[in-house]
Amino acid sequence: MRIYFDNAATTPLDEEVLEAMLPYMRGYYGNPSSIHADGRQSRMAIERARRKIALQIGASIGEIFFTSGGTEANNMALKCAVRDLGVKRIISSPTEHHCILHTLDTLEKSRGIEVVYLPVDSKGCINMDVLSETIDASDKKTMVSLMYANNEIGTLHDFERISILCDEKGVLFHSDTVQAIGQFPINLDETKVSFLAGAAHKFHGPKGVGFIYVNGDNIIKPYIDGGSQERNMRGGTENLYGIVGMAEALERSCKAMEERKNHVGEIRSYMKEQLLQLIPGILFNGCQEQYLHKVLSVSIPPIDNGEMLLMLLDMAGVSASGGSACSSGVEHESHVLTAIQGHPDYKTIRFSFSHHNTKNEVDQVIEKLRGIIN
Amino acid sequence: MSAQRIYLDNNATTPTDPRVVEAMIPYFTNMFGNAASRNHPFGWEAEEGVDYAREQVAKLIGADPKEIIFTSGATESDNLAIKGVFEMYARKGNHIITLTTEHKAVLDACKKVEKLGGEVTYLDVKRDGLVDLEQLEAAMTDKTVLVSIMFANNETGVIQPMKEIGELCAKKGILFMSDITQAAGKIPVDVKELGIHLAAFTAHKMYGPKGVGALFVNRKGPRVKVTAQMDGGGHERGMRSGTLNVPGIVGFGKAAELCINEMAKDADRLSKLRDKLQVSLMEKLEEVVINGNEENRMPHVTNMSFKHVEGEGLMMTFNQNIALSSGSACTSASLEPSYVLKALGLGDDLAHSSLRFSLGRFTTEEEVEAAIDQVAEGVNHMRSLSPIWEMYKEGIDLESIEWSEH
Repeated sequence: MRIYFDNAATTPLDEEVLEAMLPYMRGYYGNPSSIHADGRQSRMAIERARRKIALQIGASIGEIFFTSGGTEANNMALKCAVRDLGVKRIISSPTEHHCILHTLDTLEKSRGIEVVYLPVDSKGCINMDVLSETIDASDKKTMVSLMYANNEIGTLHDFERISILCDEKGVLFHSDTVQAIGQFPINLDETKVSFLAGAAHKFHGPKGVGFIYVNGDNIIKPYIDGGSQERNMRGGTENLYGIVGMAEALERSCKAMEERKNHVGEIRSYMKEQLLQLIPGILFNGCQEQYLHKVLSVSIPPIDNGEMLLMLLDMAGVSASGGSACSSGVEHESHVLTAIQGHPDYKTIRFSFSHHNTKNEVDQVIEKLRGIIN
Repeated sequence: MSAQRIYLDNNATTPTDPRVVEAMIPYFTNMFGNAASRNHPFGWEAEEGVDYAREQVAKLIGADPKEIIFTSGATESDNLAIKGVFEMYARKGNHIITLTTEHKAVLDACKKVEKLGGEVTYLDVKRDGLVDLEQLEAAMTDKTVLVSIMFANNETGVIQPMKEIGELCAKKGILFMSDITQAAGKIPVDVKELGIHLAAFTAHKMYGPKGVGALFVNRKGPRVKVTAQMDGGGHERGMRSGTLNVPGIVGFGKAAELCINEMAKDADRLSKLRDKLQVSLMEKLEEVVINGNEENRMPHVTNMSFKHVEGEGLMMTFNQNIALSSGSACTSASLEPSYVLKALGLGDDLAHSSLRFSLGRFTTEEEVEAAIDQVAEGVNHMRSLSPIWEMYKEGIDLESIEWSEH
């Protein structure tokens, strides 16, 4: 059996989620916009899913819109804030996901938006005072876009404090919560956020579906035009089975959140201990006090076979990742590690876990590593 | 589920073929990898699944696999094609030509382009729904960058003269984009032969899953480029970022393969059933009109107006038993008369009295026969309650009546 330690790239679907989806792939197929009985059944399933999702994050159902995934939701939040809400300046950080960074590039080049990247320390953390000062430094209409949890190193930004600060200063706050949803409790009743993005396949739901939360105060126009779906906010026939699966997956993740968090956290700590013993001088990337428990990013000092480590691990039956999975094509230097000024001669590996993993798998991986490096 | 229910709304969406579902399931469970994970077999398996699907989908429309960009559906593909070309070719011009009968996805994307400083010509169609080629040529200017004309109309099934349009575009050096959503998988589509440069389509109209579609982008003669509308990890050769919907794409590929193999057989069977439906209803009922050109029409579609009957009310009479549409499903939540039928010159009354029958791979002869009976019964019932029908039967010229406001 192969060992899958790449759960930050994507997660296996929970069995029960597939069960929930199958009826909507087989029996119920009506177009949710059709007014006949087949269509109405699909519509009801979608609205039930919307309610489920809204409930898990303390949103109202009118604030949840379905998308094709996290990338679309993040693009939509940034681009619609600029186009429809008059945002002229966006404050972000260099460790954001590529779908944020590349969208910011586009907005800078084609819309003349001022983009300010906050400095991050060696753990990938921002300084709240600097954020506050940066917000104050301009009168331009501003949005802060900071992710909740980093996909490569697991560092957390202080979601609640950033939200409070943005609220006090009267600026918008968007958060890429793709890695955090289902991992940490999010209650938008208490935490004020303008936009938030989620992707089902990161919390054991299907690929090809995600959602955007749009705070009811923000009136934006569609990002993908055509048809009157999603209350005129997102054209295109809804991904019926995907939406049903996403709601089921999120509900399950939230219900089991503490349990899964403890389980995954224990695996992470255990792996950390074992790695420390095995490889002296190994570095752990990102903040080690507050972190996304599913991610363990390590940098290994120059050793024999160091360059080939990922490949050798793979041949030994272990799936892990060098950085994020999204930089398709050639392997680039990770922009996150560059931003935290990691050791360029060290080899970085990201292990990322789920509740399906076990300590026994960690033992096996350690043994395999031992074989590779000795 | 719909053991007793008859589904004649295959232009809105099709049931997923069970063979497609079977092909998808392993990609939910065992082969769940991220297709962009390059350094382990979970990723490779997923990528292989995607690559194979890309070949199948390309083959369906006579394209090269490298010319297929996977998206979340036809609407996103339409958006990417229209906005992407408008941005990419801004230096060449800012003018787009389309038809008033296009799908909302195309029309709304064009409206967005107008807001961004583009100019859009919305050509009217002839009474049979076909584009007037002379008008099209006359509308082309040296600022025209794109002609966007759908292959087959979703409401009437009318097929546009694609080859002629392609030749016209080639002559003028204008890119030709087509929403081929209703045609792909149902009738032969060869983008190269027809001179189509961009084509948007989706899986769920060809017995595949919802939530996945594709955009064909021509790579040679001319090499077409579109500006990405979704920025991120640079998936799909930089034209469409976002983690690939692997099971959906695999399902799309399987659906395409099945269509390649079964299209001719399905079309032959369904056109006979469609004709039977049409002929029987016209025999059983008076004052029935077929909307749109009958020679150039999708084999499984007929759009009929039943004079002096209100379509929505008519549907109520058999709603529990037969699923069909009295307008485009995407806008049918509103009760506005269909803009497509109005563009064919139908008055509000005729547009309101229309029903769209769209048959599919799983439609049986018994279902069609049952539908004929129930629709005829419904029309007769509605007419028996209608004072307007009574006046018509008494020979009163309805056109001459001046209706008073109340």
